[in-house]
Amino acid sequence: MRDDPFRLGGREFHSRLILGSGKYPLPQIREVVAAGEPDIITLALRRVNAQGEANILDYLPPGKTWLPNTSGAQTAKEALTLARLARELGCGDFIKIEVIVDAKYLWPDNEETLEAVKLLVADGFVALPYMTPDLVMARKMEKAGAAAIMPLGAPIGSNKGLTTKELIRIMIAELETPIIVDAGLGRPSHACEAMEMGATAVMINTAVATAENPPAMAKAFALAVKAGREAYLAGLGPTTEAAASSPLTGFLKSEPPKASQ
Amino acid sequence: MIENLLKDLQWALAFDFEAITPAKVEKALSQERLELTDLGALLSPAAESYLEPMAQKAQTLTRNFFGRNIDLYTPLYLANHCVNHCQYCAYHQQNPLRRGVLSREDLVKELAAIKALGFRDILLLTGESRARSGPDYLEEATRLAAGSFASVGLEVYPLKTPEYARLKAAGADYVCVYQETYQPDLYARVHPKGPKKNYQWRLMAPARALMAGVRGVGVGALLGLGPFRPDVLALAAHGRFLAHLSPAAELSYSTPRLRPILGALNQFSQVSEKELLQIILALRIFSPSFGLSLSTRESPHFRDHLIGLGITRLSAGVKTSVGGHDGPSQGDEQFIKSDERDVNEVRAAIVARGHQPVFADYARP
Repeated sequence: MRDDPFRLGGREFHSRLILGSGKYPLPQIREVVAAGEPDIITLALRRVNAQGEANILDYLPPGKTWLPNTSGAQTAKEALTLARLARELGCGDFIKIEVIVDAKYLWPDNEETLEAVKLLVADGFVALPYMTPDLVMARKMEKAGAAAIMPLGAPIGSNKGLTTKELIRIMIAELETPIIVDAGLGRPSHACEAMEMGATAVMINTAVATAENPPAMAKAFALAVKAGREAYLAGLGPTTEAAASSPLTGFLKSEPPKASQ
Repeated sequence: MIENLLKDLQWALAFDFEAITPAKVEKALSQERLELTDLGALLSPAAESYLEPMAQKAQTLTRNFFGRNIDLYTPLYLANHCVNHCQYCAYHQQNPLRRGVLSREDLVKELAAIKALGFRDILLLTGESRARSGPDYLEEATRLAAGSFASVGLEVYPLKTPEYARLKAAGADYVCVYQETYQPDLYARVHPKGPKKNYQWRLMAPARALMAGVRGVGVGALLGLGPFRPDVLALAAHGRFLAHLSPAAELSYSTPRLRPILGALNQFSQVSEKELLQIILALRIFSPSFGLSLSTRESPHFRDHLIGLGITRLSAGVKTSVGGHDGPSQGDEQFIKSDERDVNEVRAAIVARGHQPVFADYARP
């Protein structure tokens, strides 16, 4: 396979599968990471800050980039507070911005998320906003300095797949910033499809964590992501119905040849 | 606003559970988003033959939303002085109980002892006594607890919105106010005297707490005071009302069963473990994003087997007397527990069921 890295926040990454760490018993995370071989692992800050009890950082293998999220924040200011806490706790400068104001679907507040991008970028963070796919809002986040945009494929934890496909397709086509499809991807085929469309990477948590065999499913996702990326680079052939038997432009042949000038 | 809730409650209390057919249960189970009518079907006697498919669905929903995590917390009884006359509770005013209230000094010691056990989520409880454990006292206790715990809950008498706002400012994250029963006649009968008589004041307390800005509220019904099915359906109507009122709020249900108490015979009806299981599964299927807690009123066997089936929160190392974590207790128990295990035993049980015990599920922004 060709070497095909992507860059975020001045760093180079080779795996385009980003794995979450939130829904496992902690000891299982190592096996899942070993099988899925992600370069970036997301984690909930509230699990880092667990003084006295198992700290999730103790279970994450070294050499990976940690992407703490701001889950728990309902405003841009709260997201900034949590991002600073993450930095103090040694998680680095990469932050997945989650500003969520709907407890049922864990729906992001795009408006506050944009404000959070501005605050975090001004504070030196590499900001990756989780958002409801929307081209105009994504452009604003890009302009505000987001390192990547993370639109949802479907509500978090739903495993429903790329239900927002057409919206994400437009974002991929129109934005310079990497698009990382986050949330809702339930099967390797969903991840593969996102990569075929030209997503820079995908982020998976629930689909792996709720599988019968999470490490084996992590591996399946890793393969699907590679296949989708290869397909994107290879250039997918057009999908068409059979061509009409009599050409629609055949009439041109009956025109007299133009005189050359 | 309250009119809509009262209308829903009235509807729930009049629901005909006996009229539910297996076909209605199957339809409810096939829905992705359930109406209250579907929940009524899942709570019906007809649904008792569908516990296995209900458990399968509840397990999937719980895993998808919460993962394999179980939050652990412990309650701390601050005071057991009470001016109410709840017929089912050991704290009722006329019960000749040893009464006490934790002093600031004792409270500091209790908090340190509980923290040393590993807990980071604490639930502070009192009886209803504005004289002995008034809002000023609660504010001070909340501030002390918030200084060393990641999450502080309050299970105290209903307060006014500005009082909830004070407690929120002092560090309160969530508030639990259980209606006990939603059936107005029964409510009046078991709360014959004291401020708790006021059904609507209590009913609207969780909404007031949310309006005051707390992150989450817990609602609950005490099972066994009367027919449980209407109460659970009404509880869900209450939960739905709060979710509409405050979409960002973290909401949770609690369905404790009546336990024997000191100084009173339990003259109320019994809810079986099978029925409690049905209730928990039905609530999980109706409200996939709600927290569900299961107290030490239930046996270790039952609690352990509910891990992963819908429960998201367990208490451990519980003392229902006043204080008692650091030195002897300063007041008698509210109820007699079924699960006497300490935190390490409960933690080991969670791990044995393939789940992660979580002590701090919140980073205060």
